[in-house]
Amino acid sequence: MSPTTVRRRPLAGYAVVLLGLVAAGLSYAAITDGGDASAASHSVAGQAQVAEGRAIFLQECASCHGLFGQGVSGIAPDLIGVGAAAVDFQVSTGRMPAKEPEAEMPRRPVMLTRQQIRALAAYIESLGGGPGIPSKAAVAPYGANYGLGQQLFTADCAQCHNFQGAGGALTYGKYAPPLTKSTPVQIFEAMLTGPEAMPVFNNTTITPQQKRDIIAYIVQTRSEPNPGGFSLGRVGPVTEGLVVFLGLLLFMVLAALWITAKHRKAHE
Amino acid sequence: MSDSTAGQRPGDYDEAHGGPDEVPAESAAAGPDSGRHRVIGTPPPARAHSLLGDAGGQPPARPRELPSDPDDLPGARRAERIVVACFLIAMLAGLGFLASYFIFNVHTVSNVLYSNLALGSTLGLAFLAMAVGAVIWVRRLMPDVELTEARKPLRSAPEDRAAFAETFAEGADASQFVKRPMLRRTLIAATVPVAVAPIVLLRDLGPLPGTKLDHTVWRKGLKLLNYGANTPIRPGDFSSPGGMITVVPDGYQDNFDALAKAAVIIIKFAPGQVDYTSEDHPVPGKVVRNWSVDNIVAYSKICTHVGCPAALYEQTTHHILCPCHQSTFDATRGAKVIFGPATRPLPQLPMTVDAQGYLVARSDFTEPVGPSFWERGPST
Repeated sequence: MSPTTVRRRPLAGYAVVLLGLVAAGLSYAAITDGGDASAASHSVAGQAQVAEGRAIFLQECASCHGLFGQGVSGIAPDLIGVGAAAVDFQVSTGRMPAKEPEAEMPRRPVMLTRQQIRALAAYIESLGGGPGIPSKAAVAPYGANYGLGQQLFTADCAQCHNFQGAGGALTYGKYAPPLTKSTPVQIFEAMLTGPEAMPVFNNTTITPQQKRDIIAYIVQTRSEPNPGGFSLGRVGPVTEGLVVFLGLLLFMVLAALWITAKHRKAHE
Repeated sequence: MSDSTAGQRPGDYDEAHGGPDEVPAESAAAGPDSGRHRVIGTPPPARAHSLLGDAGGQPPARPRELPSDPDDLPGARRAERIVVACFLIAMLAGLGFLASYFIFNVHTVSNVLYSNLALGSTLGLAFLAMAVGAVIWVRRLMPDVELTEARKPLRSAPEDRAAFAETFAEGADASQFVKRPMLRRTLIAATVPVAVAPIVLLRDLGPLPGTKLDHTVWRKGLKLLNYGANTPIRPGDFSSPGGMITVVPDGYQDNFDALAKAAVIIIKFAPGQVDYTSEDHPVPGKVVRNWSVDNIVAYSKICTHVGCPAALYEQTTHHILCPCHQSTFDATRGAKVIFGPATRPLPQLPMTVDAQGYLVARSDFTEPVGPSFWERGPST
């Protein structure tokens, strides 16, 4: 159990570096039996940030994900190697820290500050690398190829998220969430990391440029005009038909009650 | 005929139906009486004591059953005004419908919208106002009295039945149908081809599918393209466990007829997740190892229930869900059905890599994809 399993960095505050490396090395070594030692590439600057992230992790996450992010079978997944992108997605959408394990973690108000999220991401990244957080410029939808984005979205996303990004049901209480509130960065991170039941679309299968095209399509659909009628979350004609059906059914029942109601007047 | 009903009180018919001799009686009576208060469709005032007709021209022998006036006369007057207003509204709306038909031209899309709106709302209002008026009329002005009407038995009288049988036998005899068998047989022979013709015309529903349902366009060496981007795939690029994408055969990415059967999803698993059989043919509940590459498995995207695209893949549970009827397949166990109405697994596409390292098909599917059909063959 020595820090030699972690690549050293020559500069920066020596004590802090050592502290961070010891923490990272210990946690990594604790859950793997040696193995290859190329993990924990600290792309996010600063060991102080990692230490801060570790503190947040112990307070907010460790009760489910384990003291070293190794996960608890059946409750919370292993976080080694999920990367900063996964942390940023889960925490910036308010899904994590979760109150309790559920079939599907709902989008909620964000619990941590931006700085805390970055620190937590840095800590998780120090555990085993993984995809990093994309810059806003890298995912900006402006100038992207909407047409290709739509084709890719239709081929690989629409089956769960609906062709307008309205979301849909999966098995055993899980669901694909609507994409109406997701930021471009969050959509990119979700494709890259595959949160919860979502498949992973890595950058060598769907390139970053193609991901941008998909994001552009998703963002574009939000501003599509509605050609008449209520949108009802744009989940398609079934819901609209159901609403009309139920509404008219109620109306017809009330009308039938009125037509057949007894007269109030009395004869004879 | 009604005169021949023996054992039946004559009044039973006549009270309910008026009787056949009523028409000349009415038209004779209508002459002198068709004065001021005659309303179209009602009996002349002299005979208007009952809308149910009278006893075959005899003087009325029973007390009236329906009151002539509503109990609440002021209320009835109010109701009358409401009904009149409803009918006037209906009339105006009907006129509005006619007017809208001519006012709105339908040469542009937006004009069609306005035209539809105007036509629909005026016609709807006309029907609604008429219905509301009619219901108020019935509820507030017409009497609320329950009457019992006697009903004639459906079975004909024995004399009628005997007469019919006699007539029928007489007719059959007189027509020579029985006596002249050549006539009878040639008539039957004449109708047979005409009766068979509609069955023969079913042929125009199209040629039989033949073996088309057994095959897709996949064949040995055809590259798997990432659908949408239409780029070939190397196993090293599709390398993240939990990954899934839709792929199509190279050269057929724009051929929707072909894709209707040939669409495929490929799924990347972590080592040890997949339940393999090393044999070169499918075993229920197992993935064929030789057909997969580096823990990448390819399944038909066409649900085996009724052919919806089944591609709702959950990387945590490895379920492939079909959104139409919730058929659920376990991707780690050869797409075995674990829930829902599908009765057989999604067929696995045999895959390998070509000389350049791209994923290619080893062959076509070894069983038909999509919904099952009778002649599908022995595979499970």
